[in-house]
Amino acid sequence: MARMKFLCDADRCIECNACVTACKNEHEVPWGINRRRVVTLNDGKPGERSVSMACMHCTDAPCAAVCPVNCFYTTADAVVLHSKDICIGCGYCFYACPFGAPQYPRVGNFGSRGKMDKCTYCSGGPEADFSVAEYEKYGSNRLAEGKLPLCAEMCSTKALLAGDGEMIAEIYKQRVVKRGYGSGAWGWKTAYRETVAI
Amino acid sequence: MRRAVTLFSTLVLATTLLAAPGAFDAARAQNPITQDGQNPMGAKPTADSVNEEFLFKQADKITGRVSIPDRKSANLIQPQGREYRAFRESWLPWIGALGILGMIAALGGFFLWRGRILTDDTQESGKKILRFNAFERFAHWMTATCFIILSLSGLNYIFGKRLLMPVIGPEAFGTLAQWAKYSHVYLAWPFMLGVVIMIAVWVKDNIPNRIDWAWIKAGGGFIGKTHPHAERFNAGQKGVFWMVAGFGAAMGVTGLMMLFPFALLDINGMQVMQVIHALIGVAFIVGILAHIYIGTLGMKGAYDAMGSGKVDLAWARAHHDLWVEKEQAKTASGPQLTGRHPAPAE
Repeated sequence: MARMKFLCDADRCIECNACVTACKNEHEVPWGINRRRVVTLNDGKPGERSVSMACMHCTDAPCAAVCPVNCFYTTADAVVLHSKDICIGCGYCFYACPFGAPQYPRVGNFGSRGKMDKCTYCSGGPEADFSVAEYEKYGSNRLAEGKLPLCAEMCSTKALLAGDGEMIAEIYKQRVVKRGYGSGAWGWKTAYRETVAI
Repeated sequence: MRRAVTLFSTLVLATTLLAAPGAFDAARAQNPITQDGQNPMGAKPTADSVNEEFLFKQADKITGRVSIPDRKSANLIQPQGREYRAFRESWLPWIGALGILGMIAALGGFFLWRGRILTDDTQESGKKILRFNAFERFAHWMTATCFIILSLSGLNYIFGKRLLMPVIGPEAFGTLAQWAKYSHVYLAWPFMLGVVIMIAVWVKDNIPNRIDWAWIKAGGGFIGKTHPHAERFNAGQKGVFWMVAGFGAAMGVTGLMMLFPFALLDINGMQVMQVIHALIGVAFIVGILAHIYIGTLGMKGAYDAMGSGKVDLAWARAHHDLWVEKEQAKTASGPQLTGRHPAPAE
């Protein structure tokens, strides 16, 4: 089985936000929730870079550790998913997450958040594959169709890479060797406790 | 006139456009970009970039600009979640379990050693004196009911998945935890109201003074057989009052921050609020366990004060002699004393 990861090549990202739009459209993510976002660092200064960020599907995921109802699970492809039937929307996973991935719809007063929503690596949730319930709660399940996450698949500059960790690291390494520079695999050290040696 | 102005501005525009290529050439000459992407300053705009290591040296988290209106999403990486996780998963369950079980063990040990603190039966006068009026009792029991539900639903955040979930299964536990969360969020309000009322009503009787010091030195009636002097509230009760006031305020403030997440605080502020809320919550439960013990099982006659509101006059004289004197002086005609005849000795 593959170890699925995301890698954003910040030297290629042009902050077009197509990954954000693709994700929202593919999964019909509600208003106010962003499973993916593009953060621009050093905006307007020399060395500016943009990084597309979503759930990194961490090794030993902190969200799963702090969850008071243990609603998280890791698939055979190392994708971190959760069950919205068990989630109570307490918000703890957002405090623990290094990448600000968990999102909550506002459903009531006093900050009563709805069930948490986050990137599923386009692989649905605990419901049966391709079921209506799965689509309504978690969005489409591209992985079960043999496709990779749409954000990376439709990235216009191929900055965002998705796939088996070793394969995308290899692609990134080749790019860095060819062009002679690279700003690194953003978030990898935090998410996977390893980075791509350049 | 208008036509002349239009003509003039057109001429100016045309001249500018004609001169423009020259200006661009000058700029290019000033800042020529060489073949390898290096400018004369020695910088490589395509290759030189910010990187994670450098940004983490500047700040403890990496923050940028986002085009969506969600401010907190501008944090690209915040590794402080690691400390939050270590506290919540490694420290908090131990602190909570040792604190609560430790207090239960201590109270059990005290009960075995001292037993129930009794009033001498012969002292039962049968006459009653009003100790807490209906409003005071209402405030107390509203706060107490909320406290018990808030404690249990709060402890569920720490121990639920460890103790309850394996027993009742994930689905049932998920439903239960959802209702526990609702009760925690909504009962926080009457709880805060109750704490505010209790502070307002009782603060004047809870200012520490010299009598309290003497009470503490005499062991407060727990150790010896004699009852030291006490006003309406003795030093121990004052301690409970100030604990409820202080912890209640702290729980209220940190809780409000969580009821309105990110309204005033950033991610690190939210993490700190969580830690404070959890630690004080555990300490609060530990303290209230002792309060419940001494108010019910631990001391005979004490429960009546909050139950019916009326305590036996002899009990009141033994425990709160200075208060009884004051009350009786206030109402010399005796409306405080209900005219019941002495009840037969039990």
